[in-house]
Order: sequence, then structure tokens, then C-alpha cells
Amino acid sequence: MKLYTIILGISVLAIAPAFAQNADVTILAATCSGCHGASADGSGGIPGLKGQQERYLADQLKAFKAGSRPATVMNRLAKGYTDEEIAGLALHFSRLR
Amino acid sequence: MTTQSRRRFLAGVAGVSASFAMPAIAYGQGAARVVVIGGGFGGATAARYLKKTSPQLQVTLVEPSRRFVTCPYSNLVIGGQRRIDSISFGYDKLAKSGITVAHDTAAAIEHDRKRVRLAGGRMLPYDRLIVSPGIDIRWNGIAGYDEKAAQTMPHAWRAGEQTLVLRRQLEAMPDGGLFVMAAPANPFRCPPGPYERVSMIASYLKGAKPRSKILILDAKENFSKQPLFQDAWAKLYPGMIEWVPVGKDGKVVKVDARTKTLETEFGQQHKAAVANVIPPQMAAKIARDSGLADQSGWCPIDASSFESKLVKGIHVVGDATIAAPMPKSGFAASSQGKVAAIAAASMLQGKPVPAASMVNTCYSHVGKDYAISVAGVYRGTAERLIEVPDSGGVSPRQWDDENRKLEAIYADGWYASITGEMFG
Repeated sequence: MKLYTIILGISVLAIAPAFAQNADVTILAATCSGCHGASADGSGGIPGLKGQQERYLADQLKAFKAGSRPATVMNRLAKGYTDEEIAGLALHFSRLR
Repeated sequence: MTTQSRRRFLAGVAGVSASFAMPAIAYGQGAARVVVIGGGFGGATAARYLKKTSPQLQVTLVEPSRRFVTCPYSNLVIGGQRRIDSISFGYDKLAKSGITVAHDTAAAIEHDRKRVRLAGGRMLPYDRLIVSPGIDIRWNGIAGYDEKAAQTMPHAWRAGEQTLVLRRQLEAMPDGGLFVMAAPANPFRCPPGPYERVSMIASYLKGAKPRSKILILDAKENFSKQPLFQDAWAKLYPGMIEWVPVGKDGKVVKVDARTKTLETEFGQQHKAAVANVIPPQMAAKIARDSGLADQSGWCPIDASSFESKLVKGIHVVGDATIAAPMPKSGFAASSQGKVAAIAAASMLQGKPVPAASMVNTCYSHVGKDYAISVAGVYRGTAERLIEVPDSGGVSPRQWDDENRKLEAIYADGWYASITGEMFG
């Protein structure tokens, strides 16, 4: 039992930081796909996020959050994410192909 | 530690190590099994996400219907703005993506033996179970409102045949007729739903039967997006809609289906040409029978993973849960389904469960090219579920027609995206 605990402890310690970051972005990005689509291709009037420039996505989300870019729902939603999370989402969607 | 749990535990450790180098490799003695009960917004989304994020899992979805008719957009069918075919979906793509779809009813959850018994007799063993059962009507919660009464005074609160019954009645109603809706107290499925429905019916009546009136008898003192709805009604349907809150004797306590009469708390009787009774609700039977619901009739959950607070190893998502401040909406169910899917997969692989973040955006159509919304971003921990402070909220009241039109366009885009995630 003790041995297992140690193994698990080491595994989690060693792996958790890398996985925690990825997992968080998976969860956060999942909140976007309800409107932007499972493949983030957009839908009707809703723009696609897939493959957009990382910098562009981050700047737009921050502008929505600050209220400097007018929007219908995105300024209400962007306020729910930290700047760090926005950076993670921007990187995530920019890398989708 | 029992032999079985040690084996599972070791499998979990192996899973972490193996997945570090080769994420797609199955672990332990064969792939872990996840069963999902309910093929609606919570369940279908959870099943898709399980397969998408952990393709090595064996995922089985239990859903009796072969066609799913969405509650979102069913108000547009009732108002004649959409056809029911356009809001009906099959499960073919789920099967193609590697999910086993069992078109059967979950008769019982034997959680001590970790298996689901289907009405057809089959047993489905599981390592984790996700339950997204939706709602049941509390028959006779309003005196006289039972399954038979619903044939003449439809609730249309589960989409499908009931949606069409209400639509046909509105089509047959003479100009000048009185449409009466009984709206329920909180909590109930889709808080803005009754008022979107009234809007879509008003839109239909204004064109086809302009002398008709709409009366809403409400068991509440206020409702979702109320100022936005009432502004729109005054602008688009002046003089047509009357709303009576509980404090002005709006609560319907009794109905007579034979005469389509609704009786309120203080004895006022309202005779309708067409009556839509939206009755009180509770978590669906399978959740209540399996010990997942508390005395309120709804299911308490740990919001970090949507695991039941009452039965370990089972996640519950969607309208059946107690997840306030999240509303009982299709979007919320879908978002919760993703969190539960990722949590269940993480637990099976011995990985830490990532922090839960959910979102909701509920659009309501109130007229042609005119929609309104409420949005929220949520975080869940074992202790609580919160809306992120200073985020979310409703569409501004002072908006111009252009923004209302944009929201109608985005609503249609949302509907295509979220149903595409489930069935596309």
C-alpha cells in the first residue's frame, strides 16, 4: 500500500503540472465550442476560432473583456476568464488545424 | 484496499505513466467502460466528449428514442416558424464515432455491482456512469393535471408529440380566442422558455389571428429576462399579452381538462380556447429510483466533477441536478456533460481532475429578427458552484434593433453548433 502511494505521489508530482495546464485548456475550450462549434469552425454568424492568429485571438478576447470592442454576448463571457486563461485559449485555438 | 480496487488503482497508475508517452494506449485488462444514461444535451454531449478526448474508452449511450427532438427551438415549431423535422436528430453519427448506442430504457442502476439493467433485460457493467436523465412531470402537482389531461391541455415541456399537439390546437383556434399558459414556480427546466413560447405564439397570432389574447398565469413573482421580454411584448405585440404573477392570484392550482378551465389559488376560473399547462417538475424516474435525488426531487452534485453527492462513482448532469446558479438549460447540460466526461476519464486514468469551468448562454427569440440572451461563466469546486463575479448577465435593455437582430442570428448559429456537437 505504501509503495503504491509513493508511486502515485511521484507520478502525480512529476506529471501534474504539464497535464494540469493542458487539461485546463481542454475544459476551457470546451466552453467555447457550444457556440463556435465542435471543431471551432464557427456557425452562421458566429466566427470560427480554428487556426486564427494567437495574438489576434488574445487581443480580441482582452478587448471584449475590457469592453473596448463592442459585442453582443462576448463581452459578458470574456469577463469570466483570467488573462492567463485567455492566453491559453488563444494558443489552443491558434494551433487547431 | 480490496483486490479489485487495487487492480483498478494499479491500472490507474499505469494509465498515467503510459499516457505520458503514448496517450492512446488502453490500460489495465482492457478498456475502461463508461455508460451514459440519456441521449439529450447532457448525455449525448458527454458521450461525444468521452470518445473525443479518450478514444480508448468503451462508451455506451442508453437512450430509448431513435430520434431526439430538442426542447430548444421547439417554441419556434409551436409558433409555426420552424418545422419539427429541423429540430429532430438521429444517433447515427454517435454510433459512427465509436459509441455503442443502446436504444433501450435504463430500468435500474445497481451501483453496488456497478451495472445498469436495461428494460430489455441486458446488463451493462460500467467503471464510471454518467446520468443525464432530464425531467419528469409531477402529475397532479396541479390538481386534475395528469397524463390524460395533457392530451387536451398539452405541457409541451418535453419536445415531440406534445409540441405538435399544442401547434395543432393553435392552428385550430378561432381568431379572438384566449390562449392561457400556466407557468411554474422555480426550479424548472428552461427558465426563459415559457416567455419565449408566449412570444412565438404572439408572433403567430398577430399575423394569423390578431384579435386573440394571451394570458400567462404565473406561480412566480418575476421571471428570467423579464424587463427584456416585457419591453419586446409592448413593442411587438401591444395589448395582446397579459401576465399575472403569483401575488395577483396567478398560481394555477387546479385544471379541468374537459372544459379547458384553469383555477387559481383564490378561486378565479379562466376558460381557455387553448391551454398550455407547464406543470411542476422533478428529476426523471431513473435518478429518483437510484437514490440520486434528495427529498427535493432533484440531484445534488459535487460541482468539481458533477459526481453525485449521494452515490459515489456516478456523475449526474443536466436538468435533473441541483446546480444553481446555473439554469436548467440545454447549454448548461452540455457544458456540464463535458466537465463530467473529462472528470470521469481523468479518474479512470488516475489523473487529477482538472478544475471545472462551465458556461451558459440562453437565447430567446421574441420576434422576427429579435432575440435576447442571458449568459454566465461558472466555476465548480467540491464545496460550491459559483458564477464568476462581474461576468455574464442579460442583453442590455437599451439596445437597438441591430443588436437584437444580431442576437437572433447568433441564436441560430448557437443552435447549429450545439446540436452539431451532439449529433453531427
